[in-house]
Amino acid sequence: MEFRFTDEQVMIRDTAEAFLKEVSTSEAVREAMVTERGYDQALWQQISQEMMWPALHIPEEFGGLGLGFVELAATLEQMGRTLLCAPFLSTVGFGVNALLVAGSETQKQTYLGQIAEGKTATLAFMAPGSRPDARAVQVTCAADGDGFVLNGEYRYVLDGHTADILVLAAREAGSEGEQGISLFVLPADTAGVSREWLPTVDQTRKQASITLQDVKLPADALMGEAGQAWPALAKILDLATVAVAAEQVGVAQESLDSSVAYTMERVQFGRTIASYQAIKHKAADMMLKVEAGRSAAYYAACVADEALANNPLGEGLAEAASIAKAYCSEAAFFNAGCGIQLHGGVGITSEYDIQLYFKRAKSSETLLGDAAWHRERLARQLLDGDAA
Amino acid sequence: MKLSFSPEDEQFREEVASWLRENLRGEFEPIRFRGGPGDEHSFVEERKAWEQKLAEGGWTCIGWPKQYGGRGASIEQQVIFNEEYARAGGPGRIGHIGETLTGPTLIAFGSEAQKERYLPGIRAGKEFWCQGYSEPSAGSDLANVKSKARFDEASGKWILNGQKVWTSLAHESQYCFVIARTDPESKAHKGLGFFLVAMDQPGVTIRPIEQLTGTSEFNEVFFDDAECAADDIVGEPGEGWKVAMGLLGFERGVSTLGQQMLFQNELDEIVRVAKANGAARDPALRQRIAEAHIGLRIMRFNSMRMLSGGEDGSLQKEAMIYKLYWSSWHRNLGKLAMDVMGAESEIVPEAPYELGRLQSMYLFTRADTIYGGTNQIQRNIIAERALGMPREPRG
Ligand SMILES: Cc1cc2nc3c(=O)[nH]c(=O)nc-3n(C[C@H](O)[C@H](O)[C@H](O)COP(=O)(O)OP(=O)(O)OC[C@H]3O[C@@H](n4cnc5c(N)ncnc54)[C@H](O)[C@@H]3O)c2cc1C
Repeated sequence: MEFRFTDEQVMIRDTAEAFLKEVSTSEAVREAMVTERGYDQALWQQISQEMMWPALHIPEEFGGLGLGFVELAATLEQMGRTLLCAPFLSTVGFGVNALLVAGSETQKQTYLGQIAEGKTATLAFMAPGSRPDARAVQVTCAADGDGFVLNGEYRYVLDGHTADILVLAAREAGSEGEQGISLFVLPADTAGVSREWLPTVDQTRKQASITLQDVKLPADALMGEAGQAWPALAKILDLATVAVAAEQVGVAQESLDSSVAYTMERVQFGRTIASYQAIKHKAADMMLKVEAGRSAAYYAACVADEALANNPLGEGLAEAASIAKAYCSEAAFFNAGCGIQLHGGVGITSEYDIQLYFKRAKSSETLLGDAAWHRERLARQLLDGDAA
Repeated sequence: MKLSFSPEDEQFREEVASWLRENLRGEFEPIRFRGGPGDEHSFVEERKAWEQKLAEGGWTCIGWPKQYGGRGASIEQQVIFNEEYARAGGPGRIGHIGETLTGPTLIAFGSEAQKERYLPGIRAGKEFWCQGYSEPSAGSDLANVKSKARFDEASGKWILNGQKVWTSLAHESQYCFVIARTDPESKAHKGLGFFLVAMDQPGVTIRPIEQLTGTSEFNEVFFDDAECAADDIVGEPGEGWKVAMGLLGFERGVSTLGQQMLFQNELDEIVRVAKANGAARDPALRQRIAEAHIGLRIMRFNSMRMLSGGEDGSLQKEAMIYKLYWSSWHRNLGKLAMDVMGAESEIVPEAPYELGRLQSMYLFTRADTIYGGTNQIQRNIIAERALGMPREPRG
């Protein structure tokens, strides 16, 4: 048992921290977030080709670096800290994980290779107004000759309007719940796919709707077996959930750090407001949230590694993901919310960054299930077994 | 990062578990899951006998170096031992203050003679210790102790005068470690000494304090010309604060993992009650039970981080939040237990005031956020030492 970073992991974290401090400045974030695309393409080139982050946990045989989920989490944490505007979570948290879990050898060769070279990807599964469980999958697929035809609408698709590669979840007409679900991977420019940017409260993370009208897919677009994809999709969503939690740790950390820094400068009643115990104690509570959240996120990242390798410890993925997401969602929101309070009036201005963290905290909380949703998922496991 | 234990460690786990299976039964069956905070008054004699049984099996002080009778067990092994002990329902350890506080302190700061004199009794499960820090005017402000120690040239002994308070298990202990002023003119953390004091002597009076549970596990301890041998001071006169603070460092050690297993036992009990009485179907309670589960799992991850880190012994950030984290969590668990029991939570099993396990847990968890540094003091420490915010003004 060794629950701390190796020297190499420390180096990866430090490199990410230094690079992102340089490129994901407040100005850069503000410039990118007001565009429809939502990110700077030159920066993405740098991220994918120089830093090679999308390739981080792609196995070497598919053109990746062959590192693990812990390295990925360490990088994501720094991305959250600097509110990086980039299609990273969508491409890696969703896209790469989907291919690793459900892709055939050929699909992995094709698409993971493209991602390592700088293409972006995302996963679409949620119908309008749905929650992130099996019932969210409402787009239908039907056999069509050797292939399939898909119809329906997705919403809340991260970077759905810009992604190069789409992973889509669809179900056989008439099927329900976890039955009848299939996964497909395809180029985003496939005929019949129309995509529309959805403006969001948190401008640092872009969402889109995707409408499918008689989208015809060849047989080799199918991932795994037709109608049997729920366990794979559930695993992909859990892996993505862990990725979000790691990012949330960064959001929580920076909300704390920037607030402490502010209170050390600001003077009222003849002393810095950081010297007041009400402020200190709030900051201490914020630190508790960050550190506990970090423990949860890294534990979940370790389990994610085991799950990707199909090891027995990986069976705890759903639980670890829910623990991390429930806690880190609230930690990030608590810290960003308290952060605004500690800033006083300037916390309400658009000039200060704390409001951006507050918005990111909320959007990340909602993404893939908020704290209450994950607690209920755990409650089912704890309480709904055989009655005592 | 790696989550799994090595095969050797897993084998060690099996060794611990099977020893407990074979020995924690028969005459010891009634003391399973008993004792510990809030339940210290129960089965005292049986639990003392159990300490010796443990010692015979070589299961006391396993983290101490071999030369002092320990096993030199690795952190992992100590974690495993504590987990298995709690899982098996091992009773609250009457010897824990000696094993986890006195022992490590003497090993770090004590003279050879002190180690020879005191370590074997602790190791054998025969000599029990209590902690004489707090006084009526020295609570959170521990450095404000007023008890005095004067060296008497004629008898060649230290003479102690003063009062301690909240001294847990003083009535069951042969020895107490005491901080007292060696320099009567000194203030705050200067001029203190750290003494090893025998309780069974005319100069020591112990008076139990009744707690909100109706039981008493802590006491007032009065020193009226109590005597302490010349070489029963740890470190030099004036170095008491350094030794006392070193000891508080040991307080945050591996025993916390055993504590978590006890918490797990309590949470399991709450889940059983919830399933039996239908509380498990109440959406609000479901949320809180899941939250408790999440909190406990994270407590474990956090202590795994704490125990894996900081080779240089420096206090890591995750260690600084530890006390505040577990005390707050446990206090919430106490309230949850009552809420899950519903109307039955008010009904005491036996007159006049024999509390049920969860009721007593509920009441006693209010102490968790007070002893060992209150939540407010923990927050001061975090803000000042981890976040670098200004220190509190002092009067
Ligand atoms: C069950 C139990 C067992 C104990 N066992 C032992 C033992 O074996 N040996 C021993 O030596 N002691 C023991 N103690 C004593 C314990 O360490 C003290 O109770 C504790 O340090 C608090 O001191 P106090 O009770 O004097 O409270 P006070 O220090 O008077 O605190 C009262 C309130 O004021 C707050 N406060 C105090 N100072 C500050 C500040 N600077 N900033 C903000 N808030 C502040 C506190 O947080 C608290 O809420 C035990 C206590 C309990 C409850």
